[in-house]
Amino acid sequence: MAFAAFGSNNSSKPSKPTKTGKVVIALLAPGLAYLGAFFLTPLIALIMVSLQIPDPAGGYAEYVPALEIGNYGYVIAEYLPHILRSFAYALAATVLALLISYPLAYFIGVKARPWPMLQKLMLTLVIAPFFISFLLRTLAWKQLFSNESWIVTTLQDSGLLDQTQYVVGTPFMVIFGLTYNFIPFMTLPLYTSLERLDIRYLEAGSDLYASPAKVFRKVTLPLSMPGIISGTLLTFIPIAGDYVNASGDFLGSSSTAMIGNVIESNYLQINDYPSASALSVLLMGVILVLVSVYVRKSGTEDLL
Amino acid sequence: MRFSLGKLALPLYAVIAFIYLLIPILYTFVFSFNDSLKTNLIWRGFTFDKWTNVCQREGVCEAFTNSVFIGLISTIVATALGTAIAIALVRYRFKFRSSINLLLFLPMATPEVVLGAGLASQFFNLGVQKGIWTIIIAHIMFCLSFVVVTVKARVASLDPALEEAGRDLYANPRQVFWKITFPLLLPGISAAALLSFALSFDDFIITNFNAGADMTFPRYVYTAAARGVPAEANVIGCAVFLLAIFIVLATQINSEVKRKRLAKKH
Repeated sequence: MAFAAFGSNNSSKPSKPTKTGKVVIALLAPGLAYLGAFFLTPLIALIMVSLQIPDPAGGYAEYVPALEIGNYGYVIAEYLPHILRSFAYALAATVLALLISYPLAYFIGVKARPWPMLQKLMLTLVIAPFFISFLLRTLAWKQLFSNESWIVTTLQDSGLLDQTQYVVGTPFMVIFGLTYNFIPFMTLPLYTSLERLDIRYLEAGSDLYASPAKVFRKVTLPLSMPGIISGTLLTFIPIAGDYVNASGDFLGSSSTAMIGNVIESNYLQINDYPSASALSVLLMGVILVLVSVYVRKSGTEDLL
Repeated sequence: MRFSLGKLALPLYAVIAFIYLLIPILYTFVFSFNDSLKTNLIWRGFTFDKWTNVCQREGVCEAFTNSVFIGLISTIVATALGTAIAIALVRYRFKFRSSINLLLFLPMATPEVVLGAGLASQFFNLGVQKGIWTIIIAHIMFCLSFVVVTVKARVASLDPALEEAGRDLYANPRQVFWKITFPLLLPGISAAALLSFALSFDDFIITNFNAGADMTFPRYVYTAAARGVPAEANVIGCAVFLLAIFIVLATQINSEVKRKRLAKKH
């Protein structure tokens, strides 16, 4: 799996330098040219559009090239709550996914080692949600927590919820959905690093009279750090830009709209391309800064 | 940890976690047998009709066929381009290595809305009409890096001595590649191909920005969600799920059988 490979930090060193030159260019050029044309230049296009202004002579949704830095000030002022909400939801869902995934990955990667077939079966179960459409899974949760559902009526009857309170449309529901949808991205890299954990280190720790909690904190946790880093990155980044879970047709409502929802509606519905592009550039910029700080702080730069 | 928690706590936790992971899948299955009308919200009785007449609902099968077509083309191109890059990265030493690695990592670290909006802006600037082919262009782009990562792991575990042996026996470079390198890389390449098909088939966000009027299966579900998704969509989702699980289990059992056979020989 790609995630397994992503989670591993055995940086593949060139095994042996053989002849370079034409062969390398022939191997690299097509793919890199493709990324240049359809990944890099679109980013430049995005930055250009983010600086455009409405065409003074034109009609609705017509823009002319400009260098209007003010677009950024405008979107920050206008959509600050959405921006903050996105990162708050992403942080909450990432932490929850980590807390849910860690014991599971530990069980599969460490405890289930004597039974390789069981390990494989459980890994298949972890990735099973990937095989059913992301949108259908999310809608399933919406139905399970819908206003007339057994779960909600039970919560209302037991007094945990008011008779007028519902679950769908609340921040809780959105964070719940985000957590659920991205758990496999967390569990797989955690599994890859825990699977390689040498049990003798843990035994050495307890032989030296460390309490189980201390062994976990001083041995297991640091050794599984690469998995934690890649897992949190693989969940945090897509969650920050997600707009399906928070959408009003899925688990959210207008009060849970995230930055992705704003970009989508500005771009595809009201055709305000400059604002949508400025928000996209901001989102990417903030994520790149956060990721590089995070990776540097945790001292796992070789991971990338 | 394992002394204080008790022997049963962790297995029990795992069981609960798996139930939690599987609940929406189970729900989707159950409601694919619902004798529903337009929407599929309330249980109205059991029927096989939706499975046997899945194409009767307008648009479901067209969207599905489009998604399969897009998935196949994107997978073939992304796998070919990505495998070449992976081989170059592991086997050869050259300048700009780290910038190439960064270029490959960036698409995976960029949120999908940004990739989608960026590409849409590019198509807009160039005046390209959005449709199936712009979706394919987008899918190849985001699958490429995942292919490189997956195949790279396999190339790195490959013993260069095998190829040297081929060369020593006067095989030409083409023969070495097709008779030695490629067969040994095949498991990695097929894993990468499966992954990119899955990514392409399930992608919604990037697709939505670059689709124009053309439907894919996820777009169909998203659009239908406002009015209520018909049970036929559940049927498609479940059928794809069963096929994918079958492929994964078959490969796992196959590799286990091979491993046992090898173990017996030695």
